[in-house]
Amino acid sequence: MTSLLSFKSSFKRKTAVATLAFLSAGLAVSCAPSSPDVATSPAAGDAASPAAAGSGGTVTLSGAGASFPAPLYQRWFADYNKQNPNTQISYQSVGSGAGVEQFQAGTVDFGASDAPLKDKDKETFKAKYGAEPIQVPMTGGSVVFAYNLDGVDELKLSRDAYCGIVKGEITQWNDPAIASANSGVTLPDSKINFVHRSDGSGTTFAFTNHLETACPNWTAGVNKSIEWAVGTGAKGNEGITAQVQQTPGAIGYTEFSYARENGLKMAAIENASGKMITPTPESGAAAFEGETVPADFALQVPDSKNAAAYPISTLTWLLLYPEYKDAAKREALSSVIGWSLTDGKASATELGYIPIEPSLATKVNDRVAQIK
Amino acid sequence: MTSQTIAKSETLIESSQKFNPVRLVDQIFYWLTVATALGVGFILLWIAWSLLSIAFPAIVKFNIGFLFSTSWNPVNDAFGALPQIAGTIISAIIALLFAVPLGVGVAVFLSENFLPTKVQTPLGLLVELLAAVPSVVYGMWGIFVFVPFILPFLQGIHRVFGWIPLFSTPPSTRQMFTTAMVLAIMILPTIIAISRDSLLSVAPELRQGAYGLGATRWETLTRVLVPSALSGIIGSVMLALGRALGETMAAAMLIGNANRINISLFAPASTISAMIANQFGEASGLQKSALFYQALILMVMTLIVNMLAEVIVNRFQQVE
Repeated sequence: MTSLLSFKSSFKRKTAVATLAFLSAGLAVSCAPSSPDVATSPAAGDAASPAAAGSGGTVTLSGAGASFPAPLYQRWFADYNKQNPNTQISYQSVGSGAGVEQFQAGTVDFGASDAPLKDKDKETFKAKYGAEPIQVPMTGGSVVFAYNLDGVDELKLSRDAYCGIVKGEITQWNDPAIASANSGVTLPDSKINFVHRSDGSGTTFAFTNHLETACPNWTAGVNKSIEWAVGTGAKGNEGITAQVQQTPGAIGYTEFSYARENGLKMAAIENASGKMITPTPESGAAAFEGETVPADFALQVPDSKNAAAYPISTLTWLLLYPEYKDAAKREALSSVIGWSLTDGKASATELGYIPIEPSLATKVNDRVAQIK
Repeated sequence: MTSQTIAKSETLIESSQKFNPVRLVDQIFYWLTVATALGVGFILLWIAWSLLSIAFPAIVKFNIGFLFSTSWNPVNDAFGALPQIAGTIISAIIALLFAVPLGVGVAVFLSENFLPTKVQTPLGLLVELLAAVPSVVYGMWGIFVFVPFILPFLQGIHRVFGWIPLFSTPPSTRQMFTTAMVLAIMILPTIIAISRDSLLSVAPELRQGAYGLGATRWETLTRVLVPSALSGIIGSVMLALGRALGETMAAAMLIGNANRINISLFAPASTISAMIANQFGEASGLQKSALFYQALILMVMTLIVNMLAEVIVNRFQQVE
């Protein structure tokens, strides 16, 4: 029904963009049938969602949260808006913590977080809204070791090596623990400048989540910010990037897409199967292969057993309300989510993120379809 | 109009107490200014109270020990502020060490007739424009221009004077010393502008008197002009100190945000405002309270500086 309507509306507008919009989004769930001419026609007005008539045709969604997927979200929402000019989505990358907070407070239409909701947050939410919040994975990403060493183009880090570096136990580049995995490479006799995030971040959460599993005697815990035994703090992925670029002998952890965008050298690291894996979207995606996704989608793979997997890979989630009063918003949300997980895949790969695999995307769409 | 006819039998005071639209405007204006003045005070108290109330859980838990603890561990909820307090004070003091001689020097130069006015006025304007540069720009400039430029010099200092603890670590790209230098540049315009104004406002008779008694320009400057403008100069230094203590963006970008106290100035450090700017976005629970506790400490520190400024300025004004 809605597809038919959107067909009609796009036909009226006779624009190529609108037809495209119909073709891509109309099939997924609905095309947010909200052009004014539909709403004014009485028959169509009844058939269309009531809110579309009420809101005068334009749906505005606002979201806030995680900074890790922010470049991708912004790209997705801008592309989606080009194809569906009636849906405007704004996204503030204020950080996962603030995103969850705003989501709880109800000041946004959706939240976004790099870590799955804590049980405590779920309880708070349930107490306030009477139902469980919905979290759905949108994309994944890898956290990489970016380094700056002249003349070393392919650095390999064994578990002992990178665990030692982050714990401050290995301080020289020519330490035997590093050198043993890099035969034929001349490592300088200089100090290792470890660079970590100084702000709270989902990247740090994913990184420490892996370290706790992979490194023996990791005592600093898992969190969005922790107490580092060693190193310099830089704000944001861009801060890490700038600092690694400027400092010879520096190594820091950052999101794959930032490292690639800025042409930083990334170290191959040893995964749980003892293989040295270079970070790529493919090796990152391999980390989720064969994992069973729990009902609340809170899939975390701190250290993938897959032999082909790059081990520091994580998912990132959208937080949705179980019920939307404004039906147009609900329609638009489910449409944009469906679109992002299918048509948006290309941008995800292009930006260095890991696209959600089709079977998981179907589950996500099914879950989103249950929103009232 | 009517008052004119009756006014004959009235005294001036009586007539002025009658209804008068001008007096009504006066009254409204009076109360309006009272409201705005009280409003500003109220906002300050409001901020202080909000800081206090959000920081309260951390204050209760860590008490005064917060000031002396060096840990900042969101995993175990163990927080302290010593590295940040030390970093804030040290960076501000080093910044002053650079900025005060330089700033007062420039102020003296710009207030004397060394240069023709045609050159002097634009020069003064340029100095004041320094104050208009946003601090994030200083941060960017520091990261991409100033630090790479100054680093070889610092490496030289480290090679020669490395045996002095203050220069004992190889200069890092993000560190206390360069941060303090950028802070110095940021607070220069404050010092220059206010010092220059107070030097210019010294009564011309003093200068003429000094020259008349046969004092050289040097003597006039050091014995007459600077001492009589001292309250203004000190006031400018205190204002600058306040800015250096609270500067956030440039510090967060340049200082290295390492939660450690290092005797070496070439090592990464941290400041209170940098810590807050870094961690606030993702903080919750006790971590947020601890950040507010740090904010409260910073507020008290700047309050003390401002009160000190007031006292010193008053004292020197009485001397005059």
